[in-house]
Amino acid sequence: MKKSICLYFQVHQPTRLRLYRFFDIGKDSHYYDDYANRTILKRVAQKCYLPMNELLLQAIKANKGKFKVAFSISGSAMEQFDRYAPEVLDSFRALADTGCVEFLSETYYHSLSSLASTQEFEHQVQMHKQAIEHYFGVTPKTFRNTELIYSDAIGAEVRELGFTTMLTEGARHIMAWKSPNFIYNNDFKSDLKLLLRNYQLSDDIAFRFSDQNWQEWPLTAEKYISWIKASEGDIVNLFMDYETFGEHQPGTCGIFDFMKAFASLGSKDGALQFVTPAEAAQKLESVGDLSVMQPISWADEERDLTAWLGNDLQQDAFNKLYRLEEKLSILNDPSLWADFGHLQESDHLYYMCTKFFSDGEIHQRFNPYSTPYEAFINYMNVLSDFIIRVNNAIAEK
Amino acid sequence: MFGWEFPPHIAGGLGTACEGIVKGLAHNGVETLFVMPAASGDEDQSATTILDASDVAVMNVSDSVDEFLNKVKFLQVDSNIVPYVNPDEYFEAIEKMKNEQVHETLVGFGQKFKFSGKYGANLMEEVSRYAQVGGTIAVQHKDEFDVIHAHDWLTYLAGIAAKELTGKPLVVHVHATSYDRGDEKHMDSRVLAIEKRGMECADRVVTVSDLTRNIVINKYGIDPSKVVTVHNAVDFSGREDIEVERGIRDKVVTFLGRITFQKGPEYFIEAAAKVLKRTSNVRFVMAGSGDMMNRAIRQVARLGISDRFHFTGFLRGQEVQKMFALSDVYIMPSVSEPFGISPLEAMRSNVPSIISHQSGAAEVLKYALKVDFWDVDAMADDIYALLQYPALAEFATKQGFDEVNELKWNNATAKLKAVYESVVNK
Repeated sequence: MKKSICLYFQVHQPTRLRLYRFFDIGKDSHYYDDYANRTILKRVAQKCYLPMNELLLQAIKANKGKFKVAFSISGSAMEQFDRYAPEVLDSFRALADTGCVEFLSETYYHSLSSLASTQEFEHQVQMHKQAIEHYFGVTPKTFRNTELIYSDAIGAEVRELGFTTMLTEGARHIMAWKSPNFIYNNDFKSDLKLLLRNYQLSDDIAFRFSDQNWQEWPLTAEKYISWIKASEGDIVNLFMDYETFGEHQPGTCGIFDFMKAFASLGSKDGALQFVTPAEAAQKLESVGDLSVMQPISWADEERDLTAWLGNDLQQDAFNKLYRLEEKLSILNDPSLWADFGHLQESDHLYYMCTKFFSDGEIHQRFNPYSTPYEAFINYMNVLSDFIIRVNNAIAEK
Repeated sequence: MFGWEFPPHIAGGLGTACEGIVKGLAHNGVETLFVMPAASGDEDQSATTILDASDVAVMNVSDSVDEFLNKVKFLQVDSNIVPYVNPDEYFEAIEKMKNEQVHETLVGFGQKFKFSGKYGANLMEEVSRYAQVGGTIAVQHKDEFDVIHAHDWLTYLAGIAAKELTGKPLVVHVHATSYDRGDEKHMDSRVLAIEKRGMECADRVVTVSDLTRNIVINKYGIDPSKVVTVHNAVDFSGREDIEVERGIRDKVVTFLGRITFQKGPEYFIEAAAKVLKRTSNVRFVMAGSGDMMNRAIRQVARLGISDRFHFTGFLRGQEVQKMFALSDVYIMPSVSEPFGISPLEAMRSNVPSIISHQSGAAEVLKYALKVDFWDVDAMADDIYALLQYPALAEFATKQGFDEVNELKWNNATAKLKAVYESVVNK
């Protein structure tokens, strides 16, 4: 049997908040830094989304449909494409039309709703499904949760929503002696198949590719393919942020040429085949249950939730936000619901992370605030205004 | 008069107090010559003549520096210390100074020092040099003054040098002591030594409150008979009441100041949590920054009140007035406060205030509510009462407004004039 290679890229852009002072509370309910959001989106579109989409399209054509990838695009990112760079949506649409690209399901707002509320979680999965159908004309069949967050309970809930395949992290503390290069199934629902990220091989591209101190630098497609072939198991799941290409790893380091060569060599190699997550689940049988009692994620060394809910600040902000759900549920106000959604983006909590020491570097890179405290203050000021609006709307009802 | 700063370019309350003092003295018929390390030229000189120490060459360098060292044993220091600055600000200050500070300029035969006049990295060196320049200025203007007046430890050495070289009486003015800046373990022994020496050499020691007077007597061992309290006042002239539109309907309880141990931020947070258990239509604001800010934020989050407790960061200029205008209750829970001018400003802005007994202001403000800084139950009680009982709030507001308007520098400096007279006529 040919060894499968499953590539999935995460596309997300947060809706960054503007500097929102205490003095603004109750007076100004526009929360977003439109300038920063537009500038960053346009930059990333030029450096990553557009050139990489074109590269993938050409690779699919050149390899006659043997090269396949999957995307998960958050609703927040789709909104920004629509507003600031619609040509990016067109290029994703062109990829969708090849039939070689799978679009995954996730929460619309790239949120942590799976940890807070079943209702809100379902709501956002539905919203996201509609958006994918609207923009790309396909219906997502495979689920991946924000930051690959997964537990037995979340998996069971996802199965309830009708999905039979889900992606998560091959976290070392969960896998123990087991290899991520097989398909497993949910501990509660045996008909939910799990695809596990091979973090070693994924991070070779996503984190180490341009690192000249890495002993394997420079990484060539030949060398990388030889590693994949040498690895045990049925499948190698390479899951990473799409911004890896051209943004995190600059275009000048050769990442584009690498991917082009990788697509070509992998497609031609008789021992390998590219698959989408849905195909992988169809082709391969589960080798057994995987028990994940505490939620895992793909973030940081710990592969847990501490990047978003690891300190008092994050927990208080999280609790204060989701406490509003009940009130919102009796309000049918689209602008309140939209703000509620954007305030749920996991990035806002990520900015408040105080784990500076082990993963501070990566946290800092994506952080518009100079300290987690600033991030918290700004977020709480916004949230305080939002709470006032919700309460006013309830009072008017 | 030796100062360290003078409005408009000030880092703390010292410059503002000095301006009030020279204006008040002018009103009482006392002329002043105000020496500061680095004047900007835009100081208001209507009430005093400002001398910029950076413009003055130390007399006859080769001889007189030695002479200086004989007469006034200057501290030779090679490290950087900072008096009113927390570690974060210190770090920032050093980074900033690296870019902007001019250490010294040598001009011709006479040696001029270019002072930064800030509270930064080379402070100890500046203090020492300021003393040399101060002595020189005193000699140059020997016939123009009767009393030397030095404000806070930064200028004490200059005051001592001037006294040694001219024989004129010295008054040192204690606006704050090392004991107000931190606990005894973390005090800078060099600052402490300068403070003690200044107080000992002085003919009179003026303190801004009885609280500070007791510290001077008990901690520095100064003879009580030469320590006189002259309470601070506040100059509201030129102040315009600003109108702000309130965005929130809830009542607002405000703390405004540096978020440091000395100011007691954690007691305010505890009290806020207690009040929020009883009533929900209130918000708390901690305005300012400081080395305890992050700890305060964590405390607020841990207590789960961060949707009702807001941080503004450091407020500048008009924002301070705006914050007062938005407030319904002002609180100053200081653990140790030589005086504390902010409640006076709050009361002047018609905000009833709660202050700790451990502040000098408590000695003069009859119509502020007073609690011990550690008594968070009492603090919560008072906050709740001012929020819930309009009669109390109105009374405290109205009486407080009248009260602070009576705290004029003209009156305070009349006392100061009497202090001068007592040493001149000796």
